[in-house]
Amino acid sequence: MANVLAVVEQRDGALRRISGEVVSAARQIAEATGGEVHALLIGPQGAGSNGGELGRYGAAKVLVAEGAGLDNYSPEVFAATVAAQAGNGYFAVLFGASSQGRDLAPRVAAKLDVPLAGDATALEVDGGELVVTRPVYAGRAFAKVVLKGEPRLVSIRPNTFRATDAEAAGAVENIGVEGDAASARVQVREVKAASGGKLDVGEAPIVVAGGRGMKGPEHWNLLEDLRDALGSTCALGASRAVVDSGWRPHAEQVGQTGKTVSPQLYFAVGISGAMQHLAGMRSARTIVAINKDPDAPIFKVADFGVVGDAHEVLPKLTEEIRKLG
Amino acid sequence: MKIVVCIKRVPDTESRIRVAGDGRSIDPAGIKFVMSPYDEFALETALRVKDAQGGGEVVAVTVGEATSAEQLRSALAMGADSAVLLKGQPTLDGLATARALAAELREQNADLVLLGMKAVDADQQQVGPMLAELLDMPCITVAASIAMEDGKVVAHREVEGGVEVMEAPTPAVVSITKGEYEPRYPSLKGIMAAKKKPLQEKDAELGESRIEVRELSMPPERPAGRIIGQGVDAVPDLVRALREEAKVL
Ligand SMILES: Cc1cc2nc3c(=O)[nH]c(=O)nc-3n(C[C@H](O)[C@H](O)[C@H](O)COP(=O)(O)OP(=O)(O)OC[C@H]3O[C@@H](n4cnc5c(N)ncnc54)[C@H](O)[C@@H]3O)c2cc1C
Ligand SMILES: Nc1ncnc2c1ncn2[C@@H]1O[C@H](COP(=O)(O)O)[C@@H](O)[C@H]1O
Repeated sequence: MANVLAVVEQRDGALRRISGEVVSAARQIAEATGGEVHALLIGPQGAGSNGGELGRYGAAKVLVAEGAGLDNYSPEVFAATVAAQAGNGYFAVLFGASSQGRDLAPRVAAKLDVPLAGDATALEVDGGELVVTRPVYAGRAFAKVVLKGEPRLVSIRPNTFRATDAEAAGAVENIGVEGDAASARVQVREVKAASGGKLDVGEAPIVVAGGRGMKGPEHWNLLEDLRDALGSTCALGASRAVVDSGWRPHAEQVGQTGKTVSPQLYFAVGISGAMQHLAGMRSARTIVAINKDPDAPIFKVADFGVVGDAHEVLPKLTEEIRKLG
Repeated sequence: MKIVVCIKRVPDTESRIRVAGDGRSIDPAGIKFVMSPYDEFALETALRVKDAQGGGEVVAVTVGEATSAEQLRSALAMGADSAVLLKGQPTLDGLATARALAAELREQNADLVLLGMKAVDADQQQVGPMLAELLDMPCITVAASIAMEDGKVVAHREVEGGVEVMEAPTPAVVSITKGEYEPRYPSLKGIMAAKKKPLQEKDAELGESRIEVRELSMPPERPAGRIIGQGVDAVPDLVRALREEAKVL
């Protein structure tokens, strides 16, 4: 049996976008090993009501672990629950390299005493081994690695593996949670929503990022308008210069000391394109640069560039995109 | 209160990365090595907690080769009180690193263990929670700021679309991201004082590294792009290119 476990995520009862990607990536492995994909969904009572949807991406089984107090991520309960399940002879266990997955996967790895490859961008089964491709040095090199452990633990980079349809049973099976959130040592006191941040820049398929060339936080409405025109899958990003000036929160920073992003479309507006910024966004599929300096290094990585003043170009761009409806 | 900060020697973020002849590692020629930026934030956080507590001890620990003593000296110059070099070959297998750190921490009896959110070489982002599991300590990751409140550490954690305020009893492990504070520069006095501070060397108990690197390669070059035009007049052409060529709109 060479089954693959896909650890998925939900929030407020809705499956998170990364979940389809994790199940699809797991299916890619399971097809090569001749096994099944089992999805594991942990959350509060009722969280599993949409679990069956994962059948559409190829999950033969959806294991649902519901427990009191799991509205928020409880690291200890989640780690113990995943570890208990992952011990059931899986070939590989996949996580999303989201905030939750980045916290959870290493805990599970330590509990099972197996190595973990984080932030994979490609997976391939070769001669019975799982070969994981992952960026190192902030994407300035790529390593192909093999994990000597069973199960093989991998987290996958958001937006890199496509969630594709592959009908499977998606049979929901309830399992128990390990431990109790109320008595866990780590407790969530409070969850504060970030100002204006709807979707996280690390997971958004479209990113509109602003740099010092925006000239001040009071001009961010120009970027917000463009984001809104691009729809609900778009998030705002920022350069470090902007974050250091206190114009935007660090959660939006893209780059070596911020988030690494791989969206389908990245707008760099008033961003010069320093090495540390490029490190965080150069794997975006399409890059658009808007900068008044034709020699700005950002144009070297951009697919499409517009030389001009962001304050003039942005309103026009927003208008044209709105026209597309 | 005793705080241990785990730091790692990594290539400077400006470095040009080249693959070495073996096809599995990087060519260190011409690379400047520094303390990983997030580890600097972790150290700054530790020094601030110590100050806020009106005393205590900050110990910097690293797993690395003899050259890593350089980064420990920087930590001492910034204000750490002592340092421990666990000598061994750095590895991509964070669990091996965590094992070596855990062996040392069992002897340190720290109240708080701080790490960077990730080391900017392998970008694995895993040693902190692994270390916590091995030590059976509570762990909070990606904290932008922390405060001590009677026997508890309270951390602000950055997550998608928000901030979670988390708390855990000490001893605890916390991984640190960039917060409000810039890491301090070592003063001349600090650099002089660092020379007299204790720096202990031991062999690292890394055990086996279970991640095998088959190949290291450079990222695919991005195909050359083009300047669509100047100013607002270029916008319709840009939108057309995004729709028809890139098919992303
Ligand atoms: C250890 C380390 C880590 C770092 N990590 C990061 C990181 O994670 N992310 C990051 O971004 N940076 C990082 N940096 C900083 C990086 O080196 C740059 O300083 C930073 O990216 C510059 O931000 P910027 O492009 O917004 O500003 P600038 O470099 O000042 O560029 C502003 C750009 O705006 C253009 N401009 C000006 N006015 C207009 C206008 N009206 N319309 C259009 N364009 C205009 C200018 O031509 C210029 O190109 C790091 C640095 C170090 C040392
Ligand atoms: N070799 C090492 N020695 C000491 N601390 C380390 C080492 N490797 C990683 N760490 C710590 O673990 C954090 C996360 O590293 P990583 O999991 O490799 O991304 C780093 O920021 C350091 O604080």
